[in-house]
Amino acid sequence: MVLVALALLALPFALAGAGTTWVRVTNLAILFILLSLGLNIVVGFAGLLDLGYIAFYAVGAYVYALLASPHFGIHWPFWVILPLGALVAALFGALLGAPTLKLRGDYLAIVTLGFGEIVRIFLNNLGSPVNITNGPRGIARIDAIRIGELSFARTDSFLGLDFSGPIKYYFLLLAMLVAVIFINLRLQNSRIGRAWEAVREDEIAARAMGIDTTRIKLLAFAMGASFAGVAGGMFAAIQGFISPESFVLVESVMVLSMVVLGGMGNIWGVILGALLLSFVPELLRYTVQPLQQYFFGRMLIDPEVIRMLIFGFALVLVMSFRPGGLWPSAVRKRELAARSEDPA
Amino acid sequence: MLACGQKAFAAGAIETLMDIFIQQLVNGITLGAVYAVVALGYTMVYGIIQLINFAHGELVMIGAMVAFTLIGVLTPLGVPALPAVLVATLCAMTACALLGYAMERLAYRPLRRAPRLAPLISAIGVSIILQHLALLVWSRNPLAFPQIVKTESFALAGATITNIQIGIIVISVAMMLGLAWLVYRTRLGIAMRATSQNAQMAALLGVDANQVIALTFIIGAALAAVAGVMVGSYYGIAHYTMGSALGLKAFCAAVLGGIGNIPGAMLGGVLLGLVEALGAGYIGDFTDNVFGSNYQDVFAFMVLILVLVFRPSGLLGERVGDRA
Amino acid sequence: MSDLLTCSGIGKSFGGIQALAEVGFSITPGEIYGLIGPNGAGKTTLFNVLTGIYAPDRGSLVFAGAQLAGLKPHEIVRRGIARTFQNIRLFANISALENVMIGRHARTRAGLLGAILRNAATRTEEADSESRALALLDLVGLRERANDAAGNLAYGDQRRLEIARALATEPRLLALDEPAAGMNASETRGLRELLLEIRGRGITLLLIEHDMRLVMNLCDRLLVLDYGVTIAEGAPAAIQGDARVIEAYLGAPAEA
Repeated sequence: MVLVALALLALPFALAGAGTTWVRVTNLAILFILLSLGLNIVVGFAGLLDLGYIAFYAVGAYVYALLASPHFGIHWPFWVILPLGALVAALFGALLGAPTLKLRGDYLAIVTLGFGEIVRIFLNNLGSPVNITNGPRGIARIDAIRIGELSFARTDSFLGLDFSGPIKYYFLLLAMLVAVIFINLRLQNSRIGRAWEAVREDEIAARAMGIDTTRIKLLAFAMGASFAGVAGGMFAAIQGFISPESFVLVESVMVLSMVVLGGMGNIWGVILGALLLSFVPELLRYTVQPLQQYFFGRMLIDPEVIRMLIFGFALVLVMSFRPGGLWPSAVRKRELAARSEDPA
Repeated sequence: MLACGQKAFAAGAIETLMDIFIQQLVNGITLGAVYAVVALGYTMVYGIIQLINFAHGELVMIGAMVAFTLIGVLTPLGVPALPAVLVATLCAMTACALLGYAMERLAYRPLRRAPRLAPLISAIGVSIILQHLALLVWSRNPLAFPQIVKTESFALAGATITNIQIGIIVISVAMMLGLAWLVYRTRLGIAMRATSQNAQMAALLGVDANQVIALTFIIGAALAAVAGVMVGSYYGIAHYTMGSALGLKAFCAAVLGGIGNIPGAMLGGVLLGLVEALGAGYIGDFTDNVFGSNYQDVFAFMVLILVLVFRPSGLLGERVGDRA
Repeated sequence: MSDLLTCSGIGKSFGGIQALAEVGFSITPGEIYGLIGPNGAGKTTLFNVLTGIYAPDRGSLVFAGAQLAGLKPHEIVRRGIARTFQNIRLFANISALENVMIGRHARTRAGLLGAILRNAATRTEEADSESRALALLDLVGLRERANDAAGNLAYGDQRRLEIARALATEPRLLALDEPAAGMNASETRGLRELLLEIRGRGITLLLIEHDMRLVMNLCDRLLVLDYGVTIAEGAPAAIQGDARVIEAYLGAPAEA
C-alpha cells in the first residue's frame, strides 16, 4: 500500500524524464479512470446501459470552458466551476433519466445514445445566431486551474523538483481519483449500493423489497453523470481547448469498453480496464508505426484503427468468454460478529 | 448525414409554400422508404430474439461499399449500367447475408442465455469491428457512386422527383411486399412468427429455432444491403461511417412503429422520413431561424424519446413492459 | 374484530382474458389464510395485484384501514405487506446476508451522503440491519451460509432465504407464493414449523400452495379460485367436502 503510494507520487517525475508527453498521457488515463468509475456506477452497480455517457463529460467541459475563458470574458475560479459542472451534469442526467428510466434496459441504451448525439449536435450548432458554444470551432484559451498564487499553467520548483503544469495536474487528478475511489467503495457497500445491485439483479424483486426502483435508478444516473461532469471540467482545464469533436459516440463506447473489459461492478477491475485501454493505444502508436515502417517500408494500418478494432473485439470476446471481465466482481463477504451475538 | 431534404429544394427558384411542402413530402417519402427497409431488419431480429442489433446499420454501409466497388469494376469492362447495378446489388446482398449469418453465429448465439446487456454490448463491439474493417478495406475517403445512371427529373405537382427517387420508392415497396408475403404466407414466415411468440413452444412443434433465427439475420442483412445501395445512390457517395447514423434512425423508425411489428416498421420508416424532411424544411420558419436544417438529425431522436415516453409500444405495437 | 386485509370486487383482465373476476375475501390478524386452486386459476395474479405489480381494473384492497389499489409495490411494502415469488427471485450474485439486508431498505434511511460520510447514524443503522439480517438467517437456518452467493444455495435453502428476505421488511402480512414447491417431505415439515414460528411472532400469513396436506394442516381458512372466480371459502374441513372444489380439481363429475 505504502509502496504503491510512493510509486504513484514518484511516477510523474520518472515519466517527465521520458518526456512531458507521457505525463500528459497519464493525466488523460486518469481522466478516463474517473469517467469509467462514474459509468461503473450506472452500468456496473445499477445495471443500466448508458451509451451517451460522454454527453455528461461534454456538459462538464463546456460549463468549465464557458465560465473560465475569454469566450464570455468570465473567469470564475475552478472550485466554483467544477462542483457546478458536476451539478449541471447531474441535472442533465436526471432530466434524461426521469422519463426514460421506466423503460426496459435496451431501450434506455438507445435513448441515451440518442441523447449523446443530441447534445453534440447542439454544441455544434449553438454558435449562431446567439454564439453560446462557438460551434465546431470550439472554445480556446480556457483558463488553467489556479489555487491562490499557484498557477497550473507554469512550472514551479519545489524541494529541488520541477513541477511542470502537467505534473501539477497529475497530482490534482490523483487526489481526485483517490476521492472518487473512496466514494465508490463507500457507496457500493451501503444501503444505496445494495439497492442498486438489487435493481441490477432483479428489478421486480427489488420493488418487492420496498425499493423505489425509478428513484434509485435516477440516483445512479445522476451520480454517474456528476462524476463525468467533474472529469469534463478537468479535461477543459488541462487541454485549454475543447470542441464538440472530443465528445463523439466513439468516446462513450471507449469508456464502456473500459468498464466491460475490466469487470463491470468491480472498482479495481474497472481501473485496470481504463488503464489498459488508455495505454495500449499509446504503446501501439510507438510500436506499430515503426514496425510497419521497418517491415513494409510504409504505414499500412493506422494505429487508431487498430485501437478501435481492439475495442470492438474486446467487447465481443469478453462477452462471449469472460462476461465478468478481466477482473470480475466477487460476492461481497462481510466479517461476521461471533455467533453468540444475541439476535435482535 | 447530409441534409438531403434541402438538395432539390435549394436548386429550385422561387417556389410557393405549397410547392415546397410537396417537395419535402417527396423527399421525405424517399428517405422514409429507405428507413423502412432498414427498420425491417431491426424489427425482425428484435421480434425474434429481443436483441437490438446495433451492427445492423453497418450492414447497410457494407452493402453500399461492396456494390459501389463492383460497379466501379464492372463498368470499365463494358458492362451496361442496369446489369452492372443488378449484379453488384446481388453480390452486396450475398456478402451482407453471409456477414449477418456470421454475426449471429459468432457474436450473438453464444450469448442467448446470458443477461440482457451481454448481447447488446457484443452488438456494439461488432458494429465497431465492421466499421473499422471497412475503413481498412476502403480507406477514409468516401466512395463516389459511379455516374452510370443519369439523373433525370420529372415535374410533379409543382415539385420535382428524380428517377432515382422513383426507383428507391418502387424498390422499397416491392421489398416490403415481398417480405410481407414471406412472413405471412410461407412456412418460413409461420416458423418465424411462431418462434417470436414462444420459442419453446415452436421448438416443441418441430421448428428449428436456430435455423429460423439465422435466416432472420440473413434476410434482414440482405434487405440492409439493398437499402445501402439505394441510400448510396441517392446521396451519390458511400462512406465507412454512413451506417451508424442511418442505422440509428432506422431503429427509431422501428420503435416509432412498434418494435417487433413488421407493418409498424414500414409505417414508422415513412413517418420518420416525413418528420425529418418537413421538420428540417420548416424548423427555420417556426423558430425565426434560430434553428436551421442542421438540426435535422435531432428529429429522429426527439421522436424516439417522445414515443418511448408516451407510447412505448409504438404506433402499431403491443405493450412492452416487464412481466412479473 | 377488524380485518387486516379486506379485498372486494377485484377484477383484472389481460387483453380480453379475465384473470380475476369479482374476487373478495378478508383476512383477520394472526391467521394463516390459504389460497388454492388449479393452475391458471388466478392465484399469482391476485398476489401481483395485492403487492402492486399490477393495478386492479376494479375493486378495492383495504389493508389496515388504508386503500392499497393504485399504490406502487414499494409503497405497499412500506405499509406492511411482503411477498415471495413462485419462481424464486433472489438476487443471485449477492450474498445471502446482503439479500436479507436489502429487505431492510424500506425500514432504513441512509442516503448518498450517509453512505459516503458513514456518520454515526449510518453506522448504527448498518449494524442494526446486519444483526437483524443475521437473526433472520438464524430463524430460517441459513446462518452458516450468510456469505454464500444466493444463487449457489440449494433449492430449499433459496426458498427459505426468500422468506427471510421478505421478513426483513417487517411485514404485518407475509404473502408466500408456493413456499413448499420442490421441497421434499422433511423440508416441508421444517417449513411448516417455520411458518408457525412466524405466525407466533404476530405476522399474518397468506399462502398459495399446492401441497394439500400442508394447506389442510396449516391454514385456518381457505379461498378457492378457479378461472379467476371464487368458488369456495371457509375452513379446510368444509372445503374438502365442497362439490365445486372437487369438480374444479378433478374435472367435471363423471357423466352419470
